[in-house]
Amino acid sequence: MTTTHEPRTSPEVGGIGHSVRRKEDDRFIRGAGNYLDDLNLPGMLHMAILRSPVAHARINGIDSSAAMEIDGVLAVVTGEALAAHGLAWMPTLSGDTQAVLATDKVRFQGQEVAAVIATDPYIAHDALAFIDVDYDELEAITTPQQSLATDTLIRDEKEDQTDNVAYTWEAGDQDTTDAAFASAARVVSLDTHYPRSHPAPLETCGVVADVNSITGQATIYMTSQAPHAIRTVFALVAGLPEEKIRIVTQDIGGGFGNKVPVYPGYVVATAASLLIGKPVKWIETRTENLISTGFARDFHMNAELALDSDNRITAMRANILSDQGAFFSDAQPTRFKAGLFHICTGSYDFPSAHVTAKGAYTNKAPGGVAYRCSFRVTEASYLIERLVDNAAREVGMDPAAFRAANFIKEEQFPYLSPTGFVYDSGNYHGAMDKAKEMIGYDDWRARQAEQNADPDATKLIGIGVASFTEVVGAGPSRDYDILGLKMFDSAELRVHPTGKAILKLGVQTQGQGHETTFAQIVAEELGIPYSDIKVMYGDTDNTPYGLGTYASRSTPVGGAATAVVSRKIRAKAQKLAAHLLEAAEEDLDWEPGKFTVRGTDQSVTIQEVAFAAYTNHPLGMEAGLEGVTYYDPPNMTYPFGTYIVVVEVDTGDGTWKVLDMVAVDDCGVRINPMIVDGQIAGGLTEGFAKANMQWITFDDDGNCIGSNFMDYLVPTAWETPRYRLGETVTPSPHHPIGAKGVGESATVGSPAAFANAVIDALWSRGVKNIDMPVLPHRVWGALNDVPISP
Amino acid sequence: MQITVTVNGASETRDIEPRRLLVDFVRSDVGLTGTHIGCDTTSCGACTVLLDGQPVKSCTVLAAQANGREVKTVEGLAEGGELHPIQAAFKEHHGLQCGFCTPGMMLVGSSLLEENPTPTDEEVRWAISGNICRCTGYMNIVTAIQAAGQEGS
Repeated sequence: MTTTHEPRTSPEVGGIGHSVRRKEDDRFIRGAGNYLDDLNLPGMLHMAILRSPVAHARINGIDSSAAMEIDGVLAVVTGEALAAHGLAWMPTLSGDTQAVLATDKVRFQGQEVAAVIATDPYIAHDALAFIDVDYDELEAITTPQQSLATDTLIRDEKEDQTDNVAYTWEAGDQDTTDAAFASAARVVSLDTHYPRSHPAPLETCGVVADVNSITGQATIYMTSQAPHAIRTVFALVAGLPEEKIRIVTQDIGGGFGNKVPVYPGYVVATAASLLIGKPVKWIETRTENLISTGFARDFHMNAELALDSDNRITAMRANILSDQGAFFSDAQPTRFKAGLFHICTGSYDFPSAHVTAKGAYTNKAPGGVAYRCSFRVTEASYLIERLVDNAAREVGMDPAAFRAANFIKEEQFPYLSPTGFVYDSGNYHGAMDKAKEMIGYDDWRARQAEQNADPDATKLIGIGVASFTEVVGAGPSRDYDILGLKMFDSAELRVHPTGKAILKLGVQTQGQGHETTFAQIVAEELGIPYSDIKVMYGDTDNTPYGLGTYASRSTPVGGAATAVVSRKIRAKAQKLAAHLLEAAEEDLDWEPGKFTVRGTDQSVTIQEVAFAAYTNHPLGMEAGLEGVTYYDPPNMTYPFGTYIVVVEVDTGDGTWKVLDMVAVDDCGVRINPMIVDGQIAGGLTEGFAKANMQWITFDDDGNCIGSNFMDYLVPTAWETPRYRLGETVTPSPHHPIGAKGVGESATVGSPAAFANAVIDALWSRGVKNIDMPVLPHRVWGALNDVPISP
Repeated sequence: MQITVTVNGASETRDIEPRRLLVDFVRSDVGLTGTHIGCDTTSCGACTVLLDGQPVKSCTVLAAQANGREVKTVEGLAEGGELHPIQAAFKEHHGLQCGFCTPGMMLVGSSLLEENPTPTDEEVRWAISGNICRCTGYMNIVTAIQAAGQEGS
C-alpha cells in the first residue's frame, strides 16, 4: 500500500506530517549548545594520551620520570599501573578484549600507551614528549590476506588464539545455493573491496570523569551514542556499583557510529579521576580520532549471482574477508559476527543464498563500527547493487529494467528472504518508477547513447542506479543483543497538571532532532502541542534504560515506545474524561487533544484532563498522568528506495562530476518531512564522499595515511553535488505509527549509485569495476590499462 | 604577555603564554564556548571567528596576533536579543543538524553577505568551502545563507 500521510493535527499542535522547525536549534544558532568540551568543572585536570608511533612492537619499558618533573604534571598513567587494578584490558562490544593502555605489545599505530594528567591541556600535551618508551619493532601485518598467511600472532596474549582469525560466520543455505549455481545459465561475479573509512564527526570523542572520592559517586560526561549500555559496561569493567555511575551525554557534535564503542581514553580518565580525586577531562585531537577510534568498513568481498536463461536471479553466494584491525571491537549483535551483512540479497526475489565471512586481525586501528548504517548493511547493499548492475550489462539489459524484472513484488510482502529476514513492507517498483520519471531516465539514456557512441569522445555519460533495501531498528530482543543487553528501547512520559509534558528517552540524539520529532509523536497521540513537550535523553540517572541511537533505531524502537506510552496515557485520560464528563468511557470520541461525548457538544481537552489527574481524579484511581514503556519490536523495519545518478567522466584526467541526482526514499510514515529530507541530503553526501574521495589507507609499515583533514578528504560544499529528493510512503505494518527510520538510508544506498554511474560510463570501454573511492587516477588507469596501486 | 582584545564589543585583557591559540583564548579565557574545535589543522572551520570583520580559523591564529583588534564570535551575532538574519535563516531552512559547524558557517556566511547580499549558489559554496559540515550535505546551509541575504537587503 502506498499512501501519503496528511497531518491529522493543526500546525500549532504539530503532530506527524508537520515540518515544524527544530526546538534544539534555538541554542545551537546562539552558540549555546552544551558539547562535551564546553564543560569545565572546578578543580578539573586535563589528560593527554601518548600513542604508539609504530604499528607493531614489543614494549621493553616505559620511563616517565622526566615527564613527572614538569610543573603541573600530576601523574603519568601506564598499562602497568592499570594492570594493578585489573584495568589494563577491557571487553569490546563484540565480546573480544582490547588493551586500555598497552602492557606487552603495541598492535597498531596510534594505540594508547600512557596518559599524562596535568593542570592544563597545554602542559599535558607537552609532557607526552618526555615519556620514553623502549620499543622492539615487529613485522607489521597490514592486510587481512597477509594476516591469514603469516605465522606471526597479533593477539599472542590470548591463550586460546592460535591464528589471526577474529571470527568466522555464515548465513543462508550452501546446498541449495550450490545446486542453483550448478544449473545456472550464466554466472556474474564481482571481486571488490569496500575501503576503510572513518565516520569523522566534526566533534571528536571525549570525556569528563568526575569521581567523588568521598561518596564514590562517578559522574561521567561523555560523547556516547549509547549512555545506558556504557554505564553497564563501566560497572562490569571497573567493578563499580552501577547505581553510583551516572553517564551524562549532552549535545553531541555528530556521531555516525564513531561514538558507540567504549574507548580507552574514557576508562583511563575515569580511573585517573578515581585515583586523584578530581575531575579529569580528555578531548581527542582530530588525529587521535582518525587513527585510533571506530573505523568503518574494510570489507573484501567476492560474490557471484546465478542467472537463469530468462535473466532471473536464482542464487547468490558471497565470501567476505574483513580487516578488523588489532581488536575485534565492532558493536555487533552477539549472534551476528558480520552484522546484518546477510541482507545482501537486497531488493530481489530469489530462493537461495549463502554467505561466509571471516574477520582477520591486522596491525591497524580497531573499529568495524556501523558508520551511519545498521551493522554492515552498507557493505551488503553496495555489493548487491554493484552486482546486479554488472549482471544487467553482462546480459545486455538496461540496469533499471533488469532490477524491475527481479524485484520482490508489492504483493509478496511480508517477504521471507533466503537468509532469514522477514521484510515488513515494500513497493520497489513504485520507488523505481518515480525516480526514473523524476530524472528523465529515458532522455538521459538517449543522450548517453549519442554522446558515448563517438569513439573519440572525451566526456562520457554514465547513469548509475541503486535500489537499496535496508534493515534497521534492532531489534526483536529474541534475536538481537549487545553483550547480552537486549535491544529494546524505552520512553517515559509525564504529563504535568497544566498539560505540559516531559518525555524521557533511552535513545540518544546526535543532531537528528529528537527534541522535535519525538515531541511530535506525543503531539500526534495526545494532542498536546509539540512546543509544550520537553524531550530529555542522555542522563542515565534520569532517563529509562535503552540501548541508544545507531542502526537507525531511534524512530523504529524509541519512537514506537513513545507512541505506545502516549497511548497508555490516553487510555487513563479517557477514564478521567469520563469522570469529568459524567459519561461512560465507551461513549467518548477522541480527536487529538479532546474527548467528546458522542452525539453531543460536551467535551474536555487533554489539558483539562491533565489538571484533573492531579486535582480531581475519581476515588480509587491513582493520581497522576504518567507512564513508561519498554518497547520490544516484533520485527525490524525495511526502508528502501531508488537513487539515480548521472555523471560525466572526463577520459583525459579521470575526473567525474555529477550532472543530476534523484533520490526517492520510502521510510514509511514521515514524522517531520523537513528533518527527513535533511537526513537524506546528509546521508547522500556521505555516500558521495565514499565513492569520490573518503578513505583511510596505510603504508606497508602500518603508518596511517589519512590522519588529519588535509590527508583524509571529506567533501566540502564545493565538491558536494546537489540532489533532488522524492518520496513514496509504504508504512511499516508492525510499527505503531508506520515509520521505518531514515537517518542512514542514503549512506547505505547511494555509494553504489555513484560507482555504478562511473562504471556505466566506462563499460563500453571495457571497464567492469573500479573500487571506491573512484579516484581520478584509478579511472584513468582502468581506461588506459595501466595498473594502479592502490 | 598581556593582551587586550575586544570580543563582541567588550574589552578583554589577559596574561597569556605567547603560544596560546586564539581559540583557547576565546573558549577558555573569555569563556565563550560557541566557537568550536574540530580539526586542529585549519581544515574544518568549526573555530571560525571574525577578526576585524574577516573570517579566520582561530585554531591557527595566536591570541597574541589578536592583541588590540576586534573579534566577533557566534555569541556576538545577535544584537539586543534580536537574532541576526542568518541565525533565523539557519533555523528556518534547517541549515543545521548537530550544530557543531553552525557557528563557523554562520560567521562566514554573514561575512559573505556583507560584501555580497545576493550570492549565487556557487558563490556561497565557494565562500563556505573552508568549513566542513558532516551532517547536512550543505544544500540547506546554502539556502539559509541566500535567504538571510534576501532578508537583510
